[in-house]
Amino acid sequence: MKYLDEFTDPEVAARLFAEIARATTRHWSIMEICGGQTHAIIRHGIDQLLPEEIELIHGPGCPVCVTPVGMIDKALEIARQAEVIFCSFGDMLRVPGTCGDLLQVRGEGGDVRIVYSPLDAVRLAEEHPDKQVVFFAIGFETTAPANAMAVHQAHRLGIANFSVLVSHVLVPPAIEAILASPANRVDAFLAAGHVCSVMGTWQYAPLVGRHRVPIVVTGFEPLDVLEGIRRAVGQLEGGRAELDNAYPRVVSDGGNVAAQRMIDDVFEVCDRRWRGIGEIPASGWRLSAAYRGFDAESRFDVSAIDAPESSHCRSGEILQGLLRPNQCPAFGTECTPRTPLGATMVSSEGACAAYYHYRRLEPPARDGARVG
Amino acid sequence: MCLAVPGRIVEVRTVADIPMGTVDFDGIRKEVCLAYLPEAAVGDYTIVHVGFAISLVDEASAMETLAMFRELGVLDGELEGAAPAEPGSAAPAVDP
Ligand code: SF4
Repeated sequence: MKYLDEFTDPEVAARLFAEIARATTRHWSIMEICGGQTHAIIRHGIDQLLPEEIELIHGPGCPVCVTPVGMIDKALEIARQAEVIFCSFGDMLRVPGTCGDLLQVRGEGGDVRIVYSPLDAVRLAEEHPDKQVVFFAIGFETTAPANAMAVHQAHRLGIANFSVLVSHVLVPPAIEAILASPANRVDAFLAAGHVCSVMGTWQYAPLVGRHRVPIVVTGFEPLDVLEGIRRAVGQLEGGRAELDNAYPRVVSDGGNVAAQRMIDDVFEVCDRRWRGIGEIPASGWRLSAAYRGFDAESRFDVSAIDAPESSHCRSGEILQGLLRPNQCPAFGTECTPRTPLGATMVSSEGACAAYYHYRRLEPPARDGARVG
Repeated sequence: MCLAVPGRIVEVRTVADIPMGTVDFDGIRKEVCLAYLPEAAVGDYTIVHVGFAISLVDEASAMETLAMFRELGVLDGELEGAAPAEPGSAAPAVDP
């Protein structure tokens, strides 16, 4: 059991929990989109401190978790080539492809490096003109401005030995796909605050209107998450469906316009496959025509590589809220953070890893009764 | 990697025509691109994601978030592989 005194301000937390309890009259399912929010919820036991009727569903908002196996296989193929320096964010290194992961390629002599900023990869390309430097450009809208700037810089400086393996995904089409699914159980969404700090909130109004679903832009601290839940419950109980911004200290309606402009220049919308979920129309970005020369898929001729998902891993159901991590038969036995079968166990923002880390090992009875 | 970490801008400069800066995250200093926040000045608090400042934030909430990340033990992971910010440092930008 978790305790209120673990919150930065236990009094505010107690007040928010009490308000949510007072307002709640029936069962509601609320999906938090972002893995950072999932982490805060599980770490602080927010789901356990809420009234029984409120169920939190952990959404697909971890870019590491939704990068498809086929894309990992492309990365492995490129990283194995002798003239390549393959650069990636750290949490991609242990994501399993069909045969091994990037860490293994490094162990076999491949030059695989962790970078903090995509600009570090551009710098590496400048320093190693005799090598091909490839950057694994994954991420949601929050990461896209950084990755776009790296491509733009390489273009501007004429750095020809730099390229990007792009696997960008977008939040609004994922929400649309979840709502359109016949199995949908989500009554309201907590949108990811940092995605909105780049993109603004305007993209979500059409979703609210079309599906009559409350969407509350929410931050990451436990109290922010609680405030988001309080506002979502208030709307649901009041029979309202509105776009609400519970994170105005960081998020504005219009977002970061300079970043959006760079994204528009470097990327264009495309269909994307999501690990465990499948293809979602217009749910990603790829390089726009002007920057297509930086596309690693064509430079290394790996476009045709494809791979089926592992049949053991149930992460697709987890990412759609149809199953909880501790209800997966492999959870904590065959599948642990040291021996991950799926990406949701690799990334610290993945739901399986969060459950494992905070020792939610047994399926709680009340969850078992309500889910599935 | 999907987290964005708040920090305080302690230096602003231009590198290869791009506005860059040094940001202090709870004592760890990193080089950060300021191209998307051209109005940012020394002393401002900003939210940084993969080496890019994406929005300004007030000091109080920056402090709160940093305290939470430190407690969760995710701060080092988020800054993994980051270049140290000492000007003129010859240290590699990436881990070996
Ligand atoms: S516990 Fe492992 S196998 Fe099961 S869904 Fe999560 S990542 Fe996949």
